[in-house]
Amino acid sequence: MIDYAIASFPSGAGPRAGDAVSLKGVTKRYDRDVAALGPVDFNVRKGDFVSLLGPSGCGKSTALRIIAGLSEPTSGRVQLAGGGRSIGFVFQEPTLMPWATVRDNVALPLKLSRPRGADIGARVEVALARVGLAEFAAAYPRQLSGGMKMRVSLARALVTDPDVLLMDEPFAALDEITRFHLNNDLLALWRGLRKTVIFVTHSVFESVYLSRRVVVMTPRPGRICAEYAIDTAEPRSEDFRTSAEYAAYCREVSAALSRAVAGRAPR
Amino acid sequence: MTSPSPPPPTGSEASARDSLAPAVRVLLSLAVLGAGVLAWDALVRFKDIPPYVLPGPGLVAATLVQDWPILWRSLLTTLLTTMEGFIAAAIGGIALALLFNQSKWLEQALLPYAIILQVTPVIAIAPLLLIYLPQQTAVVVCAWIVAFFPVLSNTTLGLNSVDRNLAGLFRLYGASRMQTLRYLKLPAALPHILGGLRIAGGLSLIGAVVAEIAAGSAGAGSGLAYRIAESGYRLNIPRMFAALLLLSMAGVAIYMCLAAVSHLMLRRWHESALGKEK
Ligand SMILES: Nc1ncnc2c1ncn2[C@@H]1O[C@H](COP(=O)(O)OP(=O)(O)OP(=O)(O)O)[C@@H](O)[C@H]1O
Ligand SMILES: [Mg+2]
Repeated sequence: MIDYAIASFPSGAGPRAGDAVSLKGVTKRYDRDVAALGPVDFNVRKGDFVSLLGPSGCGKSTALRIIAGLSEPTSGRVQLAGGGRSIGFVFQEPTLMPWATVRDNVALPLKLSRPRGADIGARVEVALARVGLAEFAAAYPRQLSGGMKMRVSLARALVTDPDVLLMDEPFAALDEITRFHLNNDLLALWRGLRKTVIFVTHSVFESVYLSRRVVVMTPRPGRICAEYAIDTAEPRSEDFRTSAEYAAYCREVSAALSRAVAGRAPR
Repeated sequence: MTSPSPPPPTGSEASARDSLAPAVRVLLSLAVLGAGVLAWDALVRFKDIPPYVLPGPGLVAATLVQDWPILWRSLLTTLLTTMEGFIAAAIGGIALALLFNQSKWLEQALLPYAIILQVTPVIAIAPLLLIYLPQQTAVVVCAWIVAFFPVLSNTTLGLNSVDRNLAGLFRLYGASRMQTLRYLKLPAALPHILGGLRIAGGLSLIGAVVAEIAAGSAGAGSGLAYRIAESGYRLNIPRMFAALLLLSMAGVAIYMCLAAVSHLMLRRWHESALGKEK
């Protein structure tokens, strides 16, 4: 019998030098009564791949939007290495501009922030090639399948070469085959570029397969109730998905999620 | 001006309608139109209706040719008024919507006036305008009043219906107001704006006609509506019909022009301009 190294450790140690993202006592209240999130203390080390896992409506998207600066926290502090100017965001939907070609969609971040000395055309080509859509540069979003649109959205997030990649259930609407494909593409990208990735999902399986750290949240208002380090041999491959080790991790995380949901259910 | 209403869907869904080839569709419309004219002609002939009650289509056509010099100049006058009113409505409506979009205060302050202008029947405002303004100006202002509100409200709707996440993306990359307007809000609003303009085209013709009628014989007006009123007084019913015919053809032409422009501008990406496949 193998003893799986499943570590569960308290989160919320103060910000350290190697942190890309650090949240301290962050809460969010939308209207007077709707407490959506927190308080949450949460640090992500540079180059790490962290999944946020929690039931629907627990505040995962809210947390991600707050990290990106798209939404203000009601209280608490958010710190990003480098002042947060280097973020790529992948929304749950492709969120493409239907009036613009794939090329123009991917070029948008460069056009808006105009980094000095950037050859926009070349960088767009590189980003498109990376997600395997080089031939579709001139197509319009409506001419693409759902999975292809998602990949365009990914290319757009990558084109500025951001340090931090925030992804909000990017593959939730896709069929399993496509999702597995994109999972592997994402892992390969992460291995190659060593971005810091924060990945929101409500799939236990996806979180265990992809990330090195899984953070489990309680129902609304979401707090962090457990964390698991997924320590397995890198690089991961499809074999990991069928291994006993993977199954054990999934069982563990799944149980934690059930406990989190049950803990708040009778109200 | 009446727009041809689509035939009621027959049988299962609208599939029968969709499968009609374009040529067949045009032929069908023409055939129905032709049948209508024939029925009109037959009615006038067999019932022996005198021309001062209902002139037959032949007589109307003959009058159209015979009075062409007069009618043509009147048509140009009305079209010019319509065009001026339409352009003023397009510019005014879009500009006002952009202002409203930039400042909620301005919107709160000015929207009531826009609504009051819209809900007050133009036929009731026209006499007042004719007192205060030179006639030609008053007529254009009438056309503008009727036509600008759909442009304003459609543009506002379009500017406000920008995808929230796309707007977030623009903020994330530090887009300026100008950039957001140019690359996000205007393109997103374009289908709505064009829809508003399409309505405004027909309405500015109505506004122009209403004002010409209100002006009546008081001024030196010589637009088509003035011709209609004048022919009415003189019981020159065939010319009345000829002018009416020209008026509705002008309306149809305006509508088709604007529809074509809209189609050309949206054909690459918007659902409304896409074919059944691809
Ligand atoms: N714009 C908003 N206005 C008011 N309340 C909101 C808004 N957005 C989210 N909420 C509330 O905040 C809570 C958290 O929402 P959030 O979108 O962060 O959930 P989530 O964890 O991403 O859920 P899901 O997995 O279904 O996407 C929800 O219960 C919702 O009621
Ligand atoms: Mg969400």
